[in-house]
Amino acid sequence: MAMKFEKTGEGKYMLDVCGYVCPHPQIYCKKSLEKMAEGDVLEMIFDNPSSAETIVQMLDQAGHELKERRKEGGKIIFVIEKA
Amino acid sequence: MEDKKSQIWAFIVTGLMILISLIYYKVNVYYIYVVVYIWFGFAYGMMLQYGRFCFASASRDLFAAGVPRMAVGILLGLIFFSLVAAFLTANEMTTFHAGPIGIHEVVGGLIFGVGMVLSGGCASGSLYKIGEGNGTSILAIVGISFGQAIFADVGGVFNKLLPKEWVNNALSQTRIPQEKITSWFDYFLVGNVFRKPKMTLDEAGFMSGFHGITKFLLSDAIINTIIPALALILIIYVFYIRKGFLKKRAKQKGGATGFGDELSGIWGMITASKRTSLMGVLIGLTAGLHIFVLKGMQIKFGIFNFGELLERMGHVSDLSTNGTVFDPGYWYITTQEAQFGAWVLEKFGWNMHDNVYFGFSNGLPEPWRNPALWMSIGIIFGAMVMALLNKEFKFKFPKGELIAWGLFGGLFMGLGARVALGCNIGAFFIRVAGGDPGGWLFGIGMVGGAFLGVKFFNWWSERKMAKEMEAF
Repeated sequence: MAMKFEKTGEGKYMLDVCGYVCPHPQIYCKKSLEKMAEGDVLEMIFDNPSSAETIVQMLDQAGHELKERRKEGGKIIFVIEKA
Repeated sequence: MEDKKSQIWAFIVTGLMILISLIYYKVNVYYIYVVVYIWFGFAYGMMLQYGRFCFASASRDLFAAGVPRMAVGILLGLIFFSLVAAFLTANEMTTFHAGPIGIHEVVGGLIFGVGMVLSGGCASGSLYKIGEGNGTSILAIVGISFGQAIFADVGGVFNKLLPKEWVNNALSQTRIPQEKITSWFDYFLVGNVFRKPKMTLDEAGFMSGFHGITKFLLSDAIINTIIPALALILIIYVFYIRKGFLKKRAKQKGGATGFGDELSGIWGMITASKRTSLMGVLIGLTAGLHIFVLKGMQIKFGIFNFGELLERMGHVSDLSTNGTVFDPGYWYITTQEAQFGAWVLEKFGWNMHDNVYFGFSNGLPEPWRNPALWMSIGIIFGAMVMALLNKEFKFKFPKGELIAWGLFGGLFMGLGARVALGCNIGAFFIRVAGGDPGGWLFGIGMVGGAFLGVKFFNWWSERKMAKEMEAF
């Protein structure tokens, strides 16, 4: 098991923290957004439901936009645009 | 189809708990005492899972992500619990007892705080996360269980490190049999912690002019709990929410903001996560009801401790030399896990009765006759049912670094809980709401430890991110 943070295209990034539990998904989400430029989009894949609530509130407070939120099996996928 | 399966499993787990309860009742009516623990545990588990209620998350998310929802939820829980607790104390319907007040709580809280951030959940949070299928939390509970059991019994070379004063104090007392004082922890307890003062705020001199419910509401609830909790909510608002909220508000209004906007900001922070705040309130009320019901059971059976019922049923080998078993009378985690760890170690030939913690104070009942352990099991299954109903149950086998974080985090939590005589529930939540100012000392240590844990994880994740970013 390893976290993955990849550049998937121009202004597009992917963060995969499946298997990780609190606090790792929220910390890696915050760190990833810090590395990105304004308007860049992050697709975040994780499977720890407890992290979702924290991440949503963290995005709201920082002004980042949660453009899409879906579930695929046990995985949760957030598409986030950095403000 | 998957949804249906989850629902069926939720019913199966609930049915199993009902069946266990009926069997206990059928075996002996005294076991209704255990059944009460099971179902309060079950209720805590459901609420903890639904509200994602975790004390690790409270300070960790605040420091790591600037998210205050859990800290606010816990403070709301404290406020409501303190009101019920004051009412129960005034009516002599409480099982709460104050703990020793001293620096050991700050030190224990600090160790515990580091541990809960490492393992990803506090003592109660780890239990509810097991119910979600989180394998790392299983390792955390393993660490808590065996860490405490070993720490409570280890002497030998460690006893050479004991301060002379503790040894002399332990040797000069007559309440606890000398043959039970064998481990480092025994000397720490008998020669140091047990000698520290205990009090709830209603016993303070300045409260002598007050009587009845007014006295307990004013001292234990309002002064000891509600004012500090509200002050903390305000501090969290000022440091984490205010600036961003007022900026947004000013932009919306196109002008200056006022006092009304400040109040909206505070209210917005409280209601940002309704499920967490609502569960905070419900958990607070349930913890109060739990005390009330257990006190009622004790009055009904004419006992002060479940050990008396075990003795009536002939299970004397379960008891401590004091004639008791661990029966907190309220929501509590960690000692029952330590008992489980000690029970397992005894099966491998380790004598766990020759110390104060198990041998004199808490006993070592068989796990199926351990009321507090059943409460922990109830928490796991209650959380499992809630997770299944919300389609959030997924077994995650711990891998890689999470194995180390889970085990070491659990170990740290276990050590911290023993030093402080309790965890985030027994040494903080219950004590503060019960009017014991010592609970705040543990809270200060726990938050300090969480801060250090977050600093460590920030450093760790930064390293890993840098490695990942080498590719682009």
